[in-house]
Amino acid sequence: MEHLLNLLIKAIFVENVIFAFFLGMCSFLAVSKKIKTAFGLGLAVIFVMILTTPLNYLILTYMLKEGALAWIHPSLANVDLTFLAFILFISTIAGAVQIVEMAVEKFTPALYNSLGIFLPLITVNCSILGTSLFMQEREYNFVETVVFSLGAGIGFFLAIVLLAAIRERLRYANIPAPLQGLGIAMIITGLMGMAFLSFSGIQL
Amino acid sequence: MAVETAPAPVVEKKKEPLFSKKNIRTLRDPLDDNNPITVQVLGICSALAVTVQVKPALIMALGVIFVTAFSNLIISLLRHSIPTRVRIIVQLIVIATLVTIVDQVLKAYMFDVSKKLSVFVGLIITNCIVMGRLEAFALANKPWPSFLDGIGNGVGYGIILVVVAVFRELFGSGTLLGYQVVPQWAYDMGYVNNGLMMLPPAALFIIGIYIWVQRSWNKKLINVS
Repeated sequence: MEHLLNLLIKAIFVENVIFAFFLGMCSFLAVSKKIKTAFGLGLAVIFVMILTTPLNYLILTYMLKEGALAWIHPSLANVDLTFLAFILFISTIAGAVQIVEMAVEKFTPALYNSLGIFLPLITVNCSILGTSLFMQEREYNFVETVVFSLGAGIGFFLAIVLLAAIRERLRYANIPAPLQGLGIAMIITGLMGMAFLSFSGIQL
Repeated sequence: MAVETAPAPVVEKKKEPLFSKKNIRTLRDPLDDNNPITVQVLGICSALAVTVQVKPALIMALGVIFVTAFSNLIISLLRHSIPTRVRIIVQLIVIATLVTIVDQVLKAYMFDVSKKLSVFVGLIITNCIVMGRLEAFALANKPWPSFLDGIGNGVGYGIILVVVAVFRELFGSGTLLGYQVVPQWAYDMGYVNNGLMMLPPAALFIIGIYIWVQRSWNKKLINVS
């Protein structure tokens, strides 16, 4: 139990997808102009994350790994399909995003309109595919995968809402013209990353 | 089943030379005026984590150039036969296939670099540059300009990657491509490597400052956002 809590804290703060790995920076920078939209996108990302990563774990364990196909026929025990991982992972994610998009459109049309193009673009949000790939590289088991994907999702949510809040305040700041917009957002993200570095080494 | 096809662009009958002025512009624009990272704000995602040293950054840049160039070429060849509704999936499959090739080649011939890049090779798939250029350029243009556009954007991306990596490796560990650059006597006199450069935030600072310098230089980019 402690081990899982530790993994969750680590995924949220210490190895935050944005500040430690720069995953999902495109939508992070583009959708963080207003808190409300950032909030909606963050929730959508958490949801897609905890849906797709465990799904990808099951695909990896029961279809792709060496010997995983033995349950069909013993002669398939030597088949190793891990090189197909990229294609299958991204297909799962694209499918899940499609479902989320339809659900959001039906139940909260206002959020759907404000997210606009960025909802389908969750498919190409690096943080989602990145979490699946980290799951594969670090060889988590199923429970760990669920906890890790939840942590990564919350980490993204936290980061994007924080940046949106700072950028709303920045509208009243006097920034040199060439630095406005993207430049200052980058530097602020860097400063926030330094703040998050202070979490490193925390063990529960 | 009704199949929707992308609206066919007006085909120009005039035959243009292989490196006409327009094609050169397609190739050169992404290097500065329309740089994928600092102007289009695409593909920052998987890029910055590989810039602690120059060598992985170079390999990553080559991988991205390969993928953007050939995915642009393939999608442009297929642009009349892809139904618009499923184009995202088709694009993803083409990109994922090319990335798988890059990943397998790296694993076979450069295992240590492949370990260092870890998941970031796979993340070329979701690199917004590739997808963005397919949507914005390859779906509406002929194969050869699309190929050039892919190379241009890949190189534009690579330049930023290498610039950031040079700064981080030089000031962070005093080496370039693994060779010692900062001489020993400097260390003896009290010079210390900047530990911040090895940490992730340094990449963001360097890009932020790069954007600042570029936009002060090139005033028309201001407020492009």
